[in-house]
Amino acid sequence: MSAPTAGPAISSPADARSGDGPWPHVLLAWPTVALTLLFLVPLGIIAALGFFRRIQAGFFEVAFVTDNYARALDAFHLERLAVSVVLALAATLVTLLLAVPFTFLLTRRPRARQVPYLVLVLASLSLSEVIVAFAWSLLLSRTSGVSNLLVALGLMERAASWSPGLPAVLLAYVFIALPLAILSLYPTFSRLDQELPEAAGTMGATPLAGFLTVVLPLVRRAVAATGALVFIFVLGAYVIPQTLGRPAQWTMPVHITDQAIMKNHLPLAASLAIVLLVVSSLVAIAIVALGQGRWPRLALPGRAR
Amino acid sequence: MSADRPDLVIQGLGKRFGATVALDGVDLRLPGGSLVCFVGPSGCGKTTLLRVIAGLETPTTGHLRLGDRDLTRVPVHRRDVGMVFQSYALFPHLTVAENVAYGLRIRGVKRRERLARAQELLELVQLPDVADKRIAELSGGMRQRVAMARALALDPTLFLLDEPLSALDAKLREGMQVELRRLQRRVGITTIIVTHDQEEAMAMADLVVVMGDNRVQQVGPPLEIYRRPVNRFVAGFVGRNNFLPARMVAPDAVEVAGVRASVARDRPAPPVGTDVTVAARPEALRLRAQAPARPALRGTVAMVRDLGRAVETRVRVFDQELVVSGHGGFAEGDEVWVELPEAGLVALAA
Repeated sequence: MSAPTAGPAISSPADARSGDGPWPHVLLAWPTVALTLLFLVPLGIIAALGFFRRIQAGFFEVAFVTDNYARALDAFHLERLAVSVVLALAATLVTLLLAVPFTFLLTRRPRARQVPYLVLVLASLSLSEVIVAFAWSLLLSRTSGVSNLLVALGLMERAASWSPGLPAVLLAYVFIALPLAILSLYPTFSRLDQELPEAAGTMGATPLAGFLTVVLPLVRRAVAATGALVFIFVLGAYVIPQTLGRPAQWTMPVHITDQAIMKNHLPLAASLAIVLLVVSSLVAIAIVALGQGRWPRLALPGRAR
Repeated sequence: MSADRPDLVIQGLGKRFGATVALDGVDLRLPGGSLVCFVGPSGCGKTTLLRVIAGLETPTTGHLRLGDRDLTRVPVHRRDVGMVFQSYALFPHLTVAENVAYGLRIRGVKRRERLARAQELLELVQLPDVADKRIAELSGGMRQRVAMARALALDPTLFLLDEPLSALDAKLREGMQVELRRLQRRVGITTIIVTHDQEEAMAMADLVVVMGDNRVQQVGPPLEIYRRPVNRFVAGFVGRNNFLPARMVAPDAVEVAGVRASVARDRPAPPVGTDVTVAARPEALRLRAQAPARPALRGTVAMVRDLGRAVETRVRVFDQELVVSGHGGFAEGDEVWVELPEAGLVALAA
């Protein structure tokens, strides 16, 4: 019989975890495998496809040419890329300007009164981009759109067509992004101590000054992360700019689809997709970094003593 | 009212949240420069009243006046109040000094000037070395002091504190009660403290406002509240009390279980012939082994507890237990006489 050995008197949670067998490792490995199979592998294929050669009669042949990437970075596509980024940034900004105060005010209401609003938000999130695009196309049309209602109310002289065009694209972008932004901001805002803005008020801060100097700095990371999420989501939209936009508002996803489906130029479509991915990632990283940086000090008007 | 500190006058103040009544017809006059405690059980409306005074809630009815100034509809940011919240509500993204100087920043005071003022206030609350620390680095007691310094930074007309000591441990709380009292005397600002702890209120206040059932039950100096409660709620909430059924037999006397005893004469008593409840503090009762000359009730010792500073003896008299606080000297089962105090009983409406 072996002599008893001195062991630790108290086992730590880590010890307990190590005795659980292989299952935790298997469960932890699943996201890695899923990420590799469903994202990295297709991404690698698309990146490689960008170097293949297009064949006029068919699709493409395996080769290593840089023509597609060179074309993806020509003046026309760079201009389209810039339009896509600017449109997505504008939609992100408008969405945040609406979602941040809305979510702040929503989370200050009693829990039971928040529910109808959250149900509404979730319901609008369930609408697909295709339905949203066609619904707005109808609502903004001259024949059956809201302008007819305004004419009936005497607010307009005659019905007008507001689609296609830049406002229609932005409106639909904001419509599909708003519920996503609200749901993304909601947990952070609901955890915010309600007494913080009140404390600012007792020290002379107007509701706006309290919001800007106390609430916003505390939620800036969540706002930035939501901004990045909305930006990427909007940048990837394809039906909205194609249905509600003029050629001037056709973004990269429209051109990628055009090359891939209409013109059968898969290598160029792949190279455009990779360029778009790189640029959107860089912008999203910049947005998140802005949120993590020091919030710019705002000189606010205060009450004179 | 002190020379430069106006009285706070509250008239017919009511507050409803939907169908729920939070405050019902509150009338108060709080002298300028005094330290007032709102005390009462949870849900009695004391915090709502403080929030209405601060401007964080709008009253449904009534008026609020500070000297000649009607505050009823003045928004919080124009009220000149300093407030310490129950959670302290310190801004975690700012340093201690920036927190204290926040109000000055809002008023456009230059950075150097406001940080110097913040340092002054931190010294006032005996925290001279924490100006550059983050809030997360401070202990509960330190946060409480920083919250007080911040609330005082703008030299407010009213200094409001919502359960400021509830998050502190018992020893620290007692020390802070003394410090808070000293601080209030030094700055002289009209101060209102909300607490559910009646001992805390008695220990600190010039004036105690006892609240119950969403209305003011009694207002007065601590000793008056303790010795002369106006109703059974106040008698039961502030300190401990024994309650005995009795009948008024004279303007200054009651009959308790066939024993005639005198009641406090310095306040109006219920009419002669009505059934009343008499309240007797445990420390006002005396235990005797033999029948005393003064009015007394006969009973049996049911339990003895030595609490250190006093011995609590529970005596079964008829069908109820009386608690007597004193030096002890009796054991369970002893036959004793509970001597009723001369004018120490308070007759309350039954």
